[in-house]
Amino acid sequence: MKYESIQELVDEACKNNEKISTVVLRDQAKSMEVTELELFEKMELDFEVMKSSVLDGVKKDLKSMSGLTGGEGFLMKEYADKGDPLCGSFLAGAMSRALSVAGCNAAMGKIVAAPTAGSCGIIPGCLISMCEDRGIPEKDVVMSLFTAGAFGMVIAARASIAGAEGGCQAECGSASAMAAAALVELMGGTPEQCADASALAIASELGLVCDPVGGLVEIPCIKRNATGVMLAFSCADMVLAGIRSKIPADECLDAMREVGDEMPRSCKETAKGGLAATPTARKLIKGVSIQNPSDSEQLLKGSI
Amino acid sequence: MNVFDIIGPVMIGPSSSHTAGAVRIGRVVNKLCDGQDPVKADITLSGSFAETGRGHGTDRAILAGIMGFHSYSPEIKDALNIARDRGINYSFVNEDIRGAHPNTAKICFRTADGKNGEIMGSSIGGGNIIVSSVNGMKVEFNGNSNTILIMHMDKPGVIANVTNMMHWQYEDLNISNFRLSRQEKGGEAIMTIETDNLPPESLIEDIRRINQVTNAILIRRL
Repeated sequence: MKYESIQELVDEACKNNEKISTVVLRDQAKSMEVTELELFEKMELDFEVMKSSVLDGVKKDLKSMSGLTGGEGFLMKEYADKGDPLCGSFLAGAMSRALSVAGCNAAMGKIVAAPTAGSCGIIPGCLISMCEDRGIPEKDVVMSLFTAGAFGMVIAARASIAGAEGGCQAECGSASAMAAAALVELMGGTPEQCADASALAIASELGLVCDPVGGLVEIPCIKRNATGVMLAFSCADMVLAGIRSKIPADECLDAMREVGDEMPRSCKETAKGGLAATPTARKLIKGVSIQNPSDSEQLLKGSI
Repeated sequence: MNVFDIIGPVMIGPSSSHTAGAVRIGRVVNKLCDGQDPVKADITLSGSFAETGRGHGTDRAILAGIMGFHSYSPEIKDALNIARDRGINYSFVNEDIRGAHPNTAKICFRTADGKNGEIMGSSIGGGNIIVSSVNGMKVEFNGNSNTILIMHMDKPGVIANVTNMMHWQYEDLNISNFRLSRQEKGGEAIMTIETDNLPPESLIEDIRRINQVTNAILIRRL
């Protein structure tokens, strides 16, 4: 397979009435010249790292490298466990996992880039919750990562997965689209429904800028991982309810590419526009001391 | 591209370009040390590496790579201390390297047996890198394939000798990319040969024995 069109994935899966993940595992094993079992086991290892990054990131006293963020996963987990979250404890738990993984990343912990480090919390937030809180067998969840990965390959080929190229829509937007497709497959949706869910997610984050404060993968990246989880679940649920995306997924990706190309440079990971250019962001960065006193000056000089 | 380029790599955060890519640039230096311990590293950070690198641990990441750690090694976080403990004399300066990719580092290094070297590499996104110069000579490789760097004198027949030997003695070895760069006519030159499969160690020894070749180094897929 060429992984240049979502429709290709849908058609290949529908040909023999298979899941997208089944087709992708077979195709990838063939092109990488390894057995399907070896490939599946490699993905299992990635899933293990995702789970350990939740545990590493949920710690109460976790601090990011700059000290500007940390502990979001812990607060959300406490609230999910003890509180009465507006969106229910399942979704609050999923958000807490996403915040934990993104926090782990910001604290130089070990994560799986999915598709990038900045958006690394969304897929684990969605899929680990399906496994641990909804009782979906881990084997199925690991398989659904092949569906997520295949959607990501198409997005990378047809649009972009780099914030510096396409803004945050390319990072968190892509991760939400990938997660939405995997969620639909796990809930027994058709390949076409997986495509529709990804289309709705892309359409919802279209135009989102990449504006990290001080250029650090912390503000607003960590919290966008939590909202990215909510987006994936809402798009999956809409599709499972029978709602279709009026615009096909591939056309959404083409639109995403065009929007990304036209986005000003200041909003593509240069820390010169959006939230990064707000007075408070400037103030926050002034107080940052990462290693020695001259660092904050360098950060300030470089990024604003 | 395969599915693990998207679900992956497993890496130490926070940034695939500023952390994971930086480790891989450092790892190229580690390979060039050719089994010797690095004792000195002067690192120039340019563009976005200079602007936001410290907050992304780019400095630790490059040092970790120089010491041979991977982009998934937890030691990255403590790399400054580990380098100090190992007696590596390192320094970082921020300087704009003109015409370079936004995420570029130049690393001058010395090994325990007194050899000096210099590389320039850029992190181009998602943990991918391009090495653009080695010892002042232009190269272009990304470390995704097995790469053989051959330092030699720019004399007629050297390339033919190398490729003929590779073909006749290691016939399964397929060259996927080839590039030659020289400082001046008849002076020092460097061949960059990327291969599809992993070349055996004996190949490197055989290349080193070829007339006019001063050194050969295998950089295994990073």
